Amino acid sequence: MAEHELNAEGLNCPLPILKAKKALKGMDVGDTLKIRSTDPGSVADFAAFCTHTGNELLSSSSEGDIYLFEIKRT
Amino acid sequence: MPDDSTDNAKSMSIIVTKGSLDWAYPPFILGTTAAAMDMKVTMFFTFYGLPLLKKKLNMKFTPLGNPAMEMPMFGGHMAMPNLLSVMPGVGGAAGKMMKNLMKQKGVASIEDLREASVDLDIRMIACQMTLDLFEYKTEDMIDGIELGGAATYLEVAAKSDINLFI
Repeated sequence: MAEHELNAEGLNCPLPILKAKKALKGMDVGDTLKIRSTDPGSVADFAAFCTHTGNELLSSSSEGDIYLFEIKRT
Repeated sequence: MPDDSTDNAKSMSIIVTKGSLDWAYPPFILGTTAAAMDMKVTMFFTFYGLPLLKKKLNMKFTPLGNPAMEMPMFGGHMAMPNLLSVMPGVGGAAGKMMKNLMKQKGVASIEDLREASVDLDIRMIACQMTLDLFEYKTEDMIDGIELGGAATYLEVAAKSDINLFI
């Protein structure tokens, strides 16, 4: 299971979601995507995105001003 | 590659009626995000929303008639009285300020969001009547759009989960 990374720092809504979707589309089922974002709104948005699309939000955390997400492609 | 589309996918339609820089954002943000969330999205461009399908975008912005608009300035916020907004050059300057602000804050350009709409297979319909009325040519519009009218839109809207008029 491959691990992919996406740096969405400095991007505002809806770009982190759009970039994540693009990345997920190119991944195999079971692969994980690690995302870095500076948009505080992305915390709620990635949770909603995963709830709706069925992709699994493995983790959602923050380090200072950076928000980190880990999504498993389903 | 796995297929994202499912039979029970949700769907959304948006009627896009306004083409100024600020009003172009809500339909494109919601449309692209919905498509990214695996929804089937249809956007119907009519009246002043139709120019948003032109190959060359030239969106204007004006604070005129928008008393709620406040721009961040010197640590506070500044509203623009209508009397000032009608002065020559003020609209253009406000538009430049808005574009700079968006760039600074990492907000996508409408050009980028429209490109994403095409990539995400959003169905974009240009209102035939508006084309005729304002004498636009399909050659001036981006590729991949459809032409249609009220019935075309309503057929889509009748089976959509979300219908927005913006």
